[in-house]
Amino acid sequence: MSRTFETGGAPHFPPHSSVAGVMLQVIYALMPAIAAHAWFFGPGILVQLILAIAFALGFEALTLKIRKKPVRLFLGDFSAVLTAVLFALCVPPLAPWWIALFGMLFAIVIAKHLYGGLGYNMFNPAMVGYVVVLISFPQAMTAWLPPLSIAQDSLGLLDTMVTIFTGNPPSPLSWDAITQATPLDTLRTGIASGQMISEARQSPVFGDFGGLGWEWIANWYALGGVWLLWRRIINWHVPAAMIGSVLILGTAAWLADPGNNPAPLQHVFSGALIVGAFFIATDPVSGCTSNRGRLVFGAGVGIITLVIRRWGGYPDGVAFAVLLMNMAAPLIDRYTRPRIFGQ
Amino acid sequence: MIQPDPFRQARLAGEQLHPFHGGLRLRHNKKISCETPIEKTALATRYFVPLLQHTGREAEPMVSEGQRVMKGDPVGCFEHLGSGCIHAPTSGTVTAIASHANSHPSGKEGVCIVIKPDGLDQWTELEPIADWQNADPAELITAIRQKGIVGLGGAVFPTGFKVSEASQRGIHTLVLNGSECEPYISCDEMLMREQPDSIVLGARILQKAIGAERTIIAIEDQMGVVNQVLSKAVKRSGADKIDIVKVTTIYPEGGEKQLIQVLTGLEVPSGGRPTDLGILCQNVATATAVARAVTEGKPLIERIVTVTGNGVRRPRNLLAQIGLPIANLIDQCGGYAEGASRLILGGPMMGYALSSDSNPVIKAANCILVMTEDDLRPVQPEMPCIRCGECARVCPAQLLPQSLVWAIRNSLWEETEDLGLGDCIECGCCDFVCPSHIPLVEWFRFGKSSLQAAARERDQAKLARERFESREARLEKLKQERKTRIERKKKALQDRSDKQDEIAAAIQRARSRQDRKS
Repeated sequence: MSRTFETGGAPHFPPHSSVAGVMLQVIYALMPAIAAHAWFFGPGILVQLILAIAFALGFEALTLKIRKKPVRLFLGDFSAVLTAVLFALCVPPLAPWWIALFGMLFAIVIAKHLYGGLGYNMFNPAMVGYVVVLISFPQAMTAWLPPLSIAQDSLGLLDTMVTIFTGNPPSPLSWDAITQATPLDTLRTGIASGQMISEARQSPVFGDFGGLGWEWIANWYALGGVWLLWRRIINWHVPAAMIGSVLILGTAAWLADPGNNPAPLQHVFSGALIVGAFFIATDPVSGCTSNRGRLVFGAGVGIITLVIRRWGGYPDGVAFAVLLMNMAAPLIDRYTRPRIFGQ
Repeated sequence: MIQPDPFRQARLAGEQLHPFHGGLRLRHNKKISCETPIEKTALATRYFVPLLQHTGREAEPMVSEGQRVMKGDPVGCFEHLGSGCIHAPTSGTVTAIASHANSHPSGKEGVCIVIKPDGLDQWTELEPIADWQNADPAELITAIRQKGIVGLGGAVFPTGFKVSEASQRGIHTLVLNGSECEPYISCDEMLMREQPDSIVLGARILQKAIGAERTIIAIEDQMGVVNQVLSKAVKRSGADKIDIVKVTTIYPEGGEKQLIQVLTGLEVPSGGRPTDLGILCQNVATATAVARAVTEGKPLIERIVTVTGNGVRRPRNLLAQIGLPIANLIDQCGGYAEGASRLILGGPMMGYALSSDSNPVIKAANCILVMTEDDLRPVQPEMPCIRCGECARVCPAQLLPQSLVWAIRNSLWEETEDLGLGDCIECGCCDFVCPSHIPLVEWFRFGKSSLQAAARERDQAKLARERFESREARLEKLKQERKTRIERKKKALQDRSDKQDEIAAAIQRARSRQDRKS
């Protein structure tokens, strides 16, 4: 007797990975840095994470429904969650709750779904959300905290939540008492007021290379990034090109004028450079796909970041740099196609 | 244009290997089918020998219903490509020439010669070339062609055609491909273990037929005793121009282009063949078939088939006749195991699923793989491409699969050609690593067939235009001819009237003379 079978296309092996798996691994890789963030700056980051994830999933579900897409399938791909996590890591721990609301509205609804949803967005959604709130609400976006070790008053979980949800720290604390400019901001204001780098660096917010606390968070980001490299979730090209270009240009500037330019390692360990290099500029959807293209892309992000830090209107420039290079990505891809076998 | 011998110039193969781009390290799963020696299959009650066993046209039947055939008698032949024939796998009677399930990748039925064996399994009269060493290469090529030898690695390209082309182009190196690379398949490994002398003999015959200076037998580094066994066979044969080279097992290294790159560092030009580099590549099983065809006069009527997978009770390698229903092979391997849910001809990466086990064994059938529900790709929804670029990282042809799919989906045919759709070898690496589970290879097959259809249409349009133009030209010519004919006639008439005028004038003159006289 003959037996019949269902057919199917080759390859017949089960799939090797999934979108959800990729996104989840990136989120896992961020965990150490999140823990370090909470360790150095208090529980604000955790509240911001929960807020951002909740808003992101809400907007994602809503837009999917409007677009008549399978809601459960796409909610389960964890891409919205990753966007929310990256966004939360960029905002000040005490930023009011509606910052997350606005940020996620722009990230998920406009930057992601209006461009076609997962896989079609031209710009990195988390960075679009961040830049929109940074430009629209500059005051709320400066509520950065000093590391707990040098803070005069520190907030517990309850006080943190009160601050985030009411928009003001609980009395008798005031914003001035609890917040502090970021290291990059301190440096910038110092240079603007005629200080030399060495003088500006006397501030207690600085650590060995970058900002106190910040440099350790950067280390944990780098560790997570290395894990992603090992898992082959990301390729080395973007981080290497981005950090490399900052090191090379930063060294040149520093050697030329050490009074006005910070040491290259300080550049690397300040602000969003490390998280940008491993987690943001490596976003596959809005970045380049060929390896040569990724080198160009990473170097572009690094150079633009330095330019903004030195001459721009913002203390850090990673988010702007990433968005600017997102625009250039299709063109770079076009001109960095690999040579085809035998041609 | 033949490139100078890369070995003589630079390095000896084996001393330096050249990795190819991309590829995958896959679980081998070969052991399960290698534990018992190759077994002969029992005679079946019916054989279904398809007249179409590879791409292209069907063979013409050479027998009629009711005719008695001997084992090895030709039953079908090709007019095109100068290809070899299809032969009877056993002695018996042709009971029908009818449409039957065929194991062709298209999944369509095809005409089969149905043979009812007489149980005697009697050979037809064989004409071996006893003294092949002193035979004319052309004679060897004719034997290869007539005995229906095709590439047994899976592509089933007619060997006679390949060899005769190679003999004209000047080949310095014959590469015998013994690296199977696809998981599960072990027929070549078992062949090399059990019949090394036959492979070496085939290598020497092929080398003589194409006039190559040397032979490389490429084997995988994980094939254990094969290296030793083959080396001994080479020594026994006394041939000094045969080297055995171990290559690292990375899928799809058994692909002709990849293997040549690994061995020589040279890339087969896009749209070209290995002969462009002065290299001819043949599977090791093809070499044994050549040896048998030349020294014993036996046509290709059987091949080694790996029957394996978790869906088979006792996986092993069988020596099976072409035309044997696959169900018979499964029976000989203890039947289906529980959960058997997909029957595949070929390996898990490039093989194609068959809808029934009544399909016959064909010359391309290197492996019958039965996968269970647990083994199979769970049906997962396709997600949008997230441009992760993994597909490009693993692509051995150095293509950008995700850009290609995008171009095919949007029918940007020129773009697909720029992106090298024609250079895709359909190995499935991109498909395997895609986190979005996009069926990339299916898209590429669709794209290729669309391009072919478009090319056919273009050709037809060109042909129609040429026909139209030649018809116009012919009509124009006819018109011209008629015109000249009419003119000639007119002129002739004119001439005649001129003459009549002259005559009339002469008469007139004569008359006037007479008038004057009188």
